[in-house]
Amino acid sequence: MAATTSPIARTSASVARALLDVVDVPMRALQRIVGVPRIGWMFVAPNLVILGVFTFLPIAIDFWFALTGGVELLPTHRPYVGGQNFATLFHCGNYLDPSTCDRDIFWRAVYNTAEFAMIQVALMVTLSLVTALVLNRKIAGRGFWRGVFFYPVLLSPVVVALIWKWVLQREGLLNAMLAGAGTTPVPWLLDPGWAFFWVVFVSIWAHMGFYTLILLAGLQAIPADLYEAAEMDAATPWRRFSRITLPLLMPNLIVVLVLGLIRAVQVFDEVFVLTGGGPGSATTFIVQFVYMTGFAEAIRQYGLAAAASLVLAVSLLVLTLIQLRLTRRRAEQGGRDVR
Amino acid sequence: MFDRLARFVTRTHGRGAPDWTDWLTYAYLLLGLLLMFGPVVWMVLSSFKTPAALNAFPPSLLPYGQAEARVEGYDKPLPLFRAKLPDGSTRVLAEARRIGLVATMVDPQHPDEQFRVNIGDRQPERRFQLATGNYTEIFGKFDFGVYLWNSVFITAVATLITLLFNAMAAFALSKYRFRGRDGVLLLIISTLMIPPTIILVPNFLIVAQLGMLNSLWGVIWPAVATPTGVFLLRQYMLTIPDELIDAARMDNASEWRIFWRIVLPLSAPALAVLAIFSVMWRWNDFLWPLIVLSRSEKFTLQLALNAFQGELTTQWNYLLAMTVITLLPVTAVFALLQRHITTGIAASGVK
Repeated sequence: MAATTSPIARTSASVARALLDVVDVPMRALQRIVGVPRIGWMFVAPNLVILGVFTFLPIAIDFWFALTGGVELLPTHRPYVGGQNFATLFHCGNYLDPSTCDRDIFWRAVYNTAEFAMIQVALMVTLSLVTALVLNRKIAGRGFWRGVFFYPVLLSPVVVALIWKWVLQREGLLNAMLAGAGTTPVPWLLDPGWAFFWVVFVSIWAHMGFYTLILLAGLQAIPADLYEAAEMDAATPWRRFSRITLPLLMPNLIVVLVLGLIRAVQVFDEVFVLTGGGPGSATTFIVQFVYMTGFAEAIRQYGLAAAASLVLAVSLLVLTLIQLRLTRRRAEQGGRDVR
Repeated sequence: MFDRLARFVTRTHGRGAPDWTDWLTYAYLLLGLLLMFGPVVWMVLSSFKTPAALNAFPPSLLPYGQAEARVEGYDKPLPLFRAKLPDGSTRVLAEARRIGLVATMVDPQHPDEQFRVNIGDRQPERRFQLATGNYTEIFGKFDFGVYLWNSVFITAVATLITLLFNAMAAFALSKYRFRGRDGVLLLIISTLMIPPTIILVPNFLIVAQLGMLNSLWGVIWPAVATPTGVFLLRQYMLTIPDELIDAARMDNASEWRIFWRIVLPLSAPALAVLAIFSVMWRWNDFLWPLIVLSRSEKFTLQLALNAFQGELTTQWNYLLAMTVITLLPVTAVFALLQRHITTGIAASGVK
């Protein structure tokens, strides 16, 4: 075979054999000591150690950070301050007016995130649904078209942001096209309102392919004979959509909606590169507040950052619980509906 | 042939001519094509432009450069211009030299014939030209090779470790019945609900305590145990018949050998899916590397792009070339494996 003669294949084959033999000696000894079913612990051990050190331990430390003050990183050097970090975050003259708050940026970030999540998810799910319906029609080259809408999902957030920054810059493609139509150029990312619009637009552009795919899978799982029966009953297209497609697609729609919300609440990467949170704080979101407070400012306030991330964690937990509840109820109902 | 093509494109619900909904469908798809690929294509085209062409407004669609010609009697190629002559005619001439506002120009075919042209009366002659220098110069000017290597190293090593650790865990959770197995599975799956964004500060502490700040390992280790990977592989390994494993035990094979020689090769399709995901995650990762790696010689491509877009606002030509190189591997993977990725995501709901 050609593969065995290539030096790379030969090297990797011998590396694999060596790894097999080297690990086999201690594993065989362990197997003799602990017995066969319990050797399973040895196989899950690496995963559990990593999860323990980098996921479960951090959750515990997160609480300790949130309850301590100072600028030290080492937990033992940090003085206990109780709920002071939370008090700082939540101290406001008037919650509806961020400028009266101790940490006005935090509240601006909270409101921006809420606004972003609602607008972005509503528009993105609608667009994904429309796109999935279009892709589900009998069209030529469906695989290709599906790929077209999915491609941006694979791009890195930094690349996505730079692609659009290049289009939106003052002498960019969009302004050139507007100039061709006789309009004056607009500094898209320097105007608070437009910057927010483009942040929403770009994040929909980058992520809608993923949700389209999930909805398309749901559409394709709907049995075709239901539509044939509807056609025999001379049901209008709208009736077919509202009585067959929408109810049967509901489980997927809920998944997409909640998943989209969970991701939108954590928005950071693309926006950070595209606008840097600006102009002013027009596109500053919660994760950026955590990043700036804990890692980017001259005085690193780890306690405040940890407290803010716990606030974020609570909102994510609520969203996840809603999802679990809705999907479970739907599954029970769905079971009845189909029969 | 065009007839067949037309019939192929207009194929509808079986019979009849395409109705207005079909036209609407294709209009929507074409608009999608333009919106999804347009900006990317624009970026790739722009990355081949010279700084002068990038500054031009309105910009040209294709990369153009100043046309040049070799003229007898001159050492260097001379730039070409379309000049308006005093007699009213327009000719393509090469600039021999220029003093102030007046240029001495020659006809490339007849170098003896000289013209004096006011520089207001001429337009540079543009020719389609790829400014490949944007791509070659970034390696010399910006340590681009270092960033590329860091990204490749993190992506390759992290993916290998992810595959190994997750496959081991999935093997144990699908093929053994030990006490506490279901608890372990639940524990691993439950970490799906703990996004990395909420444990940034403590993870920074842990990585710092382990001495992995500004080390590529500090980026690699924290995310190698992915619950999605374990779940994906376990579901696949459950379909491998236990008889195969029992037969190997009869032959006195050790458990590790069974895992390495039987279960791993048989799980190749699921491993491939996880490998694709892992490569994407790692290559595109941004927030965690941004926190761990602060020294520029440890930057990944994503971090370098982010740093440069702040500094190089006047050097878009390099920034664009770097961006195109960064999106190249992902685009190649997409072009080759589009079907596998999309069906994998549709089946598992993972990204």
